[in-house]
Amino acid sequence: MKKELFGIYIIWYREIKKFFRDRPRIIGSIAQPAIFLLVLGSGLASSFQIFGGGGGKEFLSFMFPGIIAMTVLFTAFFSAMSIVWDREFGFLKEVLISPVSRTSIVIGKNLGGSTVAMIQGLIILIFAPIIKIQISWMSVLKLIPVTFLVAMSISSIGIALAARLRSMQAFQVLTNFILMPMFFLSGALFPLLNAPEWMKYIAMANPLSYGVDMMRTVVIGSTALQMYPVYLDIAVTAGVVVVMSILGIALFNRED
Amino acid sequence: MEEKLIIEVKNLVKKFKNITAVNDISFTVKKNEIFGFLGPNGAGKTTTINIICTLLKLNSGSVTLCGYDVATEKNRIRNCIGLVFQDPTLDDRLTALENLNFHALLYNVPHRQIKERIDSVLEMVDLLKRKNDLVRTFSGGMKRRLEIARGLIHYPKVLFLDEPTIGLDPQTRNKIWEYIVKLKKTNDITIFLTTHYMEESEICDRIAIMDEGKIIAMDTPDTLKNMIGLDIITIISDDNKKLKDYLKEKFSIDAELTKNNEVRFEVKDSAKFIPYFIRHCHINILSINARKSTLNDVFLSLTGKEIREESANKKDAMRMHMRARARR
Repeated sequence: MKKELFGIYIIWYREIKKFFRDRPRIIGSIAQPAIFLLVLGSGLASSFQIFGGGGGKEFLSFMFPGIIAMTVLFTAFFSAMSIVWDREFGFLKEVLISPVSRTSIVIGKNLGGSTVAMIQGLIILIFAPIIKIQISWMSVLKLIPVTFLVAMSISSIGIALAARLRSMQAFQVLTNFILMPMFFLSGALFPLLNAPEWMKYIAMANPLSYGVDMMRTVVIGSTALQMYPVYLDIAVTAGVVVVMSILGIALFNRED
Repeated sequence: MEEKLIIEVKNLVKKFKNITAVNDISFTVKKNEIFGFLGPNGAGKTTTINIICTLLKLNSGSVTLCGYDVATEKNRIRNCIGLVFQDPTLDDRLTALENLNFHALLYNVPHRQIKERIDSVLEMVDLLKRKNDLVRTFSGGMKRRLEIARGLIHYPKVLFLDEPTIGLDPQTRNKIWEYIVKLKKTNDITIFLTTHYMEESEICDRIAIMDEGKIIAMDTPDTLKNMIGLDIITIISDDNKKLKDYLKEKFSIDAELTKNNEVRFEVKDSAKFIPYFIRHCHINILSINARKSTLNDVFLSLTGKEIREESANKKDAMRMHMRARARR
């Protein structure tokens, strides 16, 4: 048991270490949401004033948690996909041949990627004062575990996918066909309340929708824009973590 | 006197779809010996190692290491083996120290000993000064040395080295072999290696020669060489056919015409044979070449082919095959 905990710890630690060492990645991870928030957000917000119906300011505070979710989504997913990278460069073999169980490897990897994604997601909070959004300290405190849970759900999906992936090319395909639709159909960028019915159904099948919903409720501090009840948000997100982690472990355990 | 066995392989078979990579082999490795697998690429050496190391499942037969069964006691086996693969498996964005630390924790090395053990293995492979450098700044030879060091941190009972010198320059190759010999002298360890370099396998205590999934010979390098025990002479002449007949008639030697248009045969003592031969032979000789037999000759006489001639295609075929399989 102790052996497994050390295994989980060192796999987690490697992720953290590599994150803080990779400066371009940290800068990039701040720059991308900044562009989304400041350029796209401000642009869209002002366009609402042209087409009538004010609410530009409200749109920004609507979009803000969505951008945090976006950062978490991309970071957690890419972290999980580094497994494919490790496979191509051989390092995965070193991990797989060790006496640490596949279960611990998957858990360590998930916790590592989730921690990094959480840190990156929370960094976005520094933009709040710039675009003049008020967030209470209580909300920030609540946001920490919520962000971590959402990150874990994305990580577990990513790891289960990476378990069977052998090349980085396949990863590109996944990014376009899974990651992007997941992002656009999660309610991160625009409200789903008035969306067409078909889109609402797709959003319901998208695990990220619940994560975004949960993060938005916490950041705004009210249930005004809520899509689903909070217990459902938590249940679905946690459910994804459990189911996809079990799947990921099973896939890693399957040997030729 | 009965020697202790550390690895026992019985009737091992491994198939990849329609290719039989390992075809019913049996062998044992004794404790504290250097045991080598020699053979062309694609002979099944790596596949066998991967099965012993629990990386691949076997189709039939049985394999035990330190008394543990590969099929049922994977984690126990993983605990007592160290591995150096053909392709590098280091994280090159971490430093040498971090790579070793990672390994030490994965293998549950006692905390108090980690630092000391890391320093001592790094010292052994002359990398102590580069401890805090990123692995990506290392040369190929340094990476291989670091991997050997890493494979030793958890004090494995058996160290597997799969083509430890592949892709390295001759100087570095010699260095690596020096480490391996030193390692065996100073540690209580069994070393299991594969190579397709004949010269290198001569440091082994025992060698198994593999070809097309089978072990075709297994003994000490000297005994294997003595299987031929003769000098090899190759002659190029104006009329090789005639020369061949002449050798048969006069010396009752069964010479062989090679692809390179040479006549090749073995004699007990080339130093005495050649002057006598030259004096009596009336066929015009263009060149004559004599040398001591090597393991390559052993391989040649056992399989009728050079160990290296088809390396490239066979290796590629095997690699492609493995990749294709892996994608599924």
